[in-house]
Amino acid sequence: MTEPPLQTRRRLTIVDYICFGVVGVVIAYAVYRVSDVLVYNWNWSRVFNFVIYYDEETARYVPNLLLEGIATTLRLAFWATIVAATIGLVMGYMRTSNNLAMRMVSRCYVELVRNIPPVVFIFIFYFFLSGQLMPLIGIDDLDRNGDFVNSSLFYTLFGDPRLFSNFLAGALCLALFEGAYITEIVRAGIQSITKGQWEAARAVGLSPLNVLRDIIFPQAIRKILPPLAGQFITLIKDSAIVSLISIQELTFLATEVASTTTKVFETWIIVGAMYFVLCYSFATLFGHLEKRSMRARR
Amino acid sequence: MSRTPTIASKTNSDILISFDGVSKWFDNFKALKDINLSVKQGERVVVCGPSGSGKSTMIRCVNQLETHQQGLIHVCGREVYGNMKDLEKVRREVGMVFQSFNLFPHMSILENVTLAPVRNIKLSRDEANEIALHYLERVQIADQADKFPSQLSGGQQQRVAIARALAMKPRVMLFDEPTSALDPEMINEVLDVMTELADEGMTMMVVTHEMGFAREVADRVVFMDEGRVEENCSKDEFFTGGRGERAQVFLSKILQH
Repeated sequence: MTEPPLQTRRRLTIVDYICFGVVGVVIAYAVYRVSDVLVYNWNWSRVFNFVIYYDEETARYVPNLLLEGIATTLRLAFWATIVAATIGLVMGYMRTSNNLAMRMVSRCYVELVRNIPPVVFIFIFYFFLSGQLMPLIGIDDLDRNGDFVNSSLFYTLFGDPRLFSNFLAGALCLALFEGAYITEIVRAGIQSITKGQWEAARAVGLSPLNVLRDIIFPQAIRKILPPLAGQFITLIKDSAIVSLISIQELTFLATEVASTTTKVFETWIIVGAMYFVLCYSFATLFGHLEKRSMRARR
Repeated sequence: MSRTPTIASKTNSDILISFDGVSKWFDNFKALKDINLSVKQGERVVVCGPSGSGKSTMIRCVNQLETHQQGLIHVCGREVYGNMKDLEKVRREVGMVFQSFNLFPHMSILENVTLAPVRNIKLSRDEANEIALHYLERVQIADQADKFPSQLSGGQQQRVAIARALAMKPRVMLFDEPTSALDPEMINEVLDVMTELADEGMTMMVVTHEMGFAREVADRVVFMDEGRVEENCSKDEFFTGGRGERAQVFLSKILQH
């Protein structure tokens, strides 16, 4: 039995030590500035109570504003991703269509969204959306006392029913915004399918719809899954923008917490850490899934 | 399974494919020049000629993977053209095998073959599997039914592609250089399957450089050059010198070795 040769351990070189040294010095200096020079009264527990606090009466830990905020952020990202993926699938297909009108519509959509700053886009769209669209689909007339609205399922999916129209507006804004980027991902996916696949599918007499459903989309989606997962994480981060239109997600609630507690540094550091944990876990999860599906496909 | 001929095809029931004055341009390049040609039921036509002579373009016009801009093409009694309705119905009568196999990589071998019957004629899974296994057996690859295309050799993949085309029980089979992308040792296994198919009376139109195959199987040889049909004669005529100068030059080039 021959054993594989022992991996030669890669030694740290002098360059590595210099890098570590520089980083260490920078951190030490930052700590020194904050603790000795900056006159600031750190109070972490005050802010941390807004993440989760201990309720003396029920003797239980209760999630507070910031945790609720991150739940809303997750809900936003979830629904916006579903809607954006649907938009992206349709628009992405239209981008590759032979029909000029279809191509023009999707091209206009993509260019419009990509060449306007997100904040501006969201302002424009929000004031149109809440002003025109919401009454049109009758969201404001939603029965607040209906069985479904009061069920815990509704709460899990959409959050507080009183804020539903607000939540919906935010999710749609985000979806329309991210949909443009997903459109481009889908277009690239469809265009990565070779001409031979289209031809073989047509040659066996599949209808145009079946060609897409059975041959093109399944292959395209496999290819675009990694960038799509990345876009989902981007969407979580981008969702901070909708705090500007008063959607009560993490960033919006953080501004409130920061102003009531006046502990600006602590609040934003904690919120930053929350976003980081969330996004990094998803990135790790997706990376793991991708590796596994690669192995499954040999 | 017997087929009832369509009304239109009763008039000249034994002609399955006909080209009448067909021309095609790629932008300003005229790829096909006034093609006149017909293929009768049960006939085996081999199309040969130098590369760029329009052989593939012509055969791809039959099921309208390429559209022609002038002239008429009839397939199984129906006129075919670019954006016709029900084009897929005509395509179901015409099986096609490509140079690069073009199997669906995300489906198993069995699924590759059953897809068209399940979707097009709404066969149940079981019925479709039965048909698929029958054809996979015919191309001697039934034991690989659960594998994926990437696990098969080129020759095996091409045989699956033939089975996939046969599963729709087409009336005509088109072969677009079916052996050109294969390693030499795999060419024969594909040609054998094609020869068998021909022996069973399948109508075939084959673009190929395999002159041995042409000599053995073809009823007629069509020689093309620069987008024109230069020769269209019986196999014997073609191989025994009844051919024109260009065909002679071409043949001498490919038969040198």
